[in-house]
Amino acid sequence: MPPVVSIKNLSKSYAGGFEALKDVNLDIEEGEIIALLGPNGAGKTTLISTICGITVPSSGTITVGGHDTQTAFRAARSLIGLVPQEINLEPFETVFSSVSFSRGLFGKRRDDARIEEVLRQLSLLDKKDNKIMTLSGGMKRRVLIAKALAHEPHVLFLDEPTAGVDVELRKDMWEVVAGLKASGVTIILTTHYIEEAEAIADRIGVINKGEILLVQNKADLMTQMGQKKLRIELADRLDAIPAPLAGYDLERADDGLHLTYSYDTSGERTGITTLLTDLQKAGLQMKDIQTEQSSLEDIFVGLVKETT
Amino acid sequence: MNLNAVLTIYLSEMRRFFRTITQSFVSPVLSTSLYFVVFGAAIGSRIDQVEGVSYGAFIVPGLIMLSVMTQATSNASFGIYFPKFIGTIYELLSAPINFLEIVAGYVGAAATKALFIGVIILVTAYFFVDLEIQHPFAMMGFLILTCISFSLLGFIIGIWAGNFEQLQLIPLLVITPLVFLGGSFYSITMLPPAWQTVTLFNPVVYLISGFRWSFFGTADVGIGVSLLAIALFTAACLGFIGWIFKTGWRIRQ
Ligand SMILES: Nc1ncnc2c1ncn2[C@@H]1O[C@H](COP(=O)(O)OP(=O)(O)OP(=O)(O)O)[C@@H](O)[C@H]1O
Ligand SMILES: [Mg+2]
Repeated sequence: MPPVVSIKNLSKSYAGGFEALKDVNLDIEEGEIIALLGPNGAGKTTLISTICGITVPSSGTITVGGHDTQTAFRAARSLIGLVPQEINLEPFETVFSSVSFSRGLFGKRRDDARIEEVLRQLSLLDKKDNKIMTLSGGMKRRVLIAKALAHEPHVLFLDEPTAGVDVELRKDMWEVVAGLKASGVTIILTTHYIEEAEAIADRIGVINKGEILLVQNKADLMTQMGQKKLRIELADRLDAIPAPLAGYDLERADDGLHLTYSYDTSGERTGITTLLTDLQKAGLQMKDIQTEQSSLEDIFVGLVKETT
Repeated sequence: MNLNAVLTIYLSEMRRFFRTITQSFVSPVLSTSLYFVVFGAAIGSRIDQVEGVSYGAFIVPGLIMLSVMTQATSNASFGIYFPKFIGTIYELLSAPINFLEIVAGYVGAAATKALFIGVIILVTAYFFVDLEIQHPFAMMGFLILTCISFSLLGFIIGIWAGNFEQLQLIPLLVITPLVFLGGSFYSITMLPPAWQTVTLFNPVVYLISGFRWSFFGTADVGIGVSLLAIALFTAACLGFIGWIFKTGWRIRQ
């Protein structure tokens, strides 16, 4: 199946000359959830805004569902739902009319039942006649999502959907996202929470300073780049690592009771077996051993550090 | 053409207007009544007739134009400035609509509101003076064209404005003086000859004169010239909007 969103050689310079995106190439597959991670100012919002038509690309092409976002903007934008990063809502409008307005803008016939269905999905139905200014921050964010879903989009962009949302609501949102994916919607989300990407994304893209550093299947990413650590608890205090073990990448904890051995899971040999034998030879008594896999966070921090 | 979207914008703007219907209704009625009391009764009692009509009746077309022009401009400029200010413009920019459809929705609504207020003032005027409209169709035509063209101007101002001060600037510094000096309350033949010539550079003179002609059949300048003036003004606004459409000026970065 061809990618649902295809970005080719996209660059974007703002009026001041600042280059916010540099030759970005990215294909988004039908039905997947892709999470874009990156520090503040990386260009995540710019990328989304350029796909959705809020900013104009300086060069390069974007297609959505095969339609060029510049030359066939109507067909392209009809497929897209956008939840912006900022809570931009008209305070005096009611929830229902605000969501219904969004549907109308996309040229869809008025459909109150559909709007109520969307509001129910986001637990907003009981607020439908409330003015937006009377809602809490988390509710407003859900109104933004409802507005984006009002015209039944095929591709949904969520720009930091869970910023400033409490833990419970965040879990609810993840469920909403999972439900949308199940109904066939492709989802592109940006986030600063690595555990969020870890929890819901199929693929993860890391962006920094306007460049995409990597895009990879989440599981592959974690096994390929993941460092594993073996933590060894010793029965007796150790003041220094004995000379015969100097060849291993070992770290002694300050208490002298723990050793940590780092190894790469993608390497052919982990070296664990020989290490354990050598430990015994050196006369060290082990009380316990455990392994730890490095999280996506460690990978992310490592990647972004490399480019700064 | 996304007609549904145009209608959506139009209706949502009209809803905002009807939410504050008392305000929208009371203030023009009140200010018109005040004008009649001050100009019609107090000052008008010392002026017999202007161009063959009583002074009270003479100022009606000018009064309507004054309100319609300022209302159309401020409604349209606020209408498009507000989404820019609160950020909801993202929705307009990411929807499958083009700029001209956005214009049609906002300008259509602003013109409708201005027309509504113009009609209210006309009805109020009936309570104060004897009025007979000689060319009712021409009168409506002039009124509607003025509503549309000044809403277009307002829309441009709303797109241009970067803050609330700028939003007020042009209506306050340009439109109000031009309308006051455009013969709303006097016939330009009452001015000294030198000032008559200066006045002819004021485009509003042509609009008010044409509009007054549709009421009383007399005018300061020829009706053809008035029609040409309003046609040119509308064309200029449309041309500017076409240019914004092409370049994305102040809208799309
Ligand atoms: N309208 C604009 N004019 C000029 N520069 C801009 C504009 N919008 C964004 N930028 C710049 O472009 C860069 C990328 O901004 P962007 O908003 O895309 O970052 P982001 O990855 O979404 O960051 P965050 O995580 O903070 O939301 C930043 O350096 C920002 O200052
Ligand atoms: Mg952002």
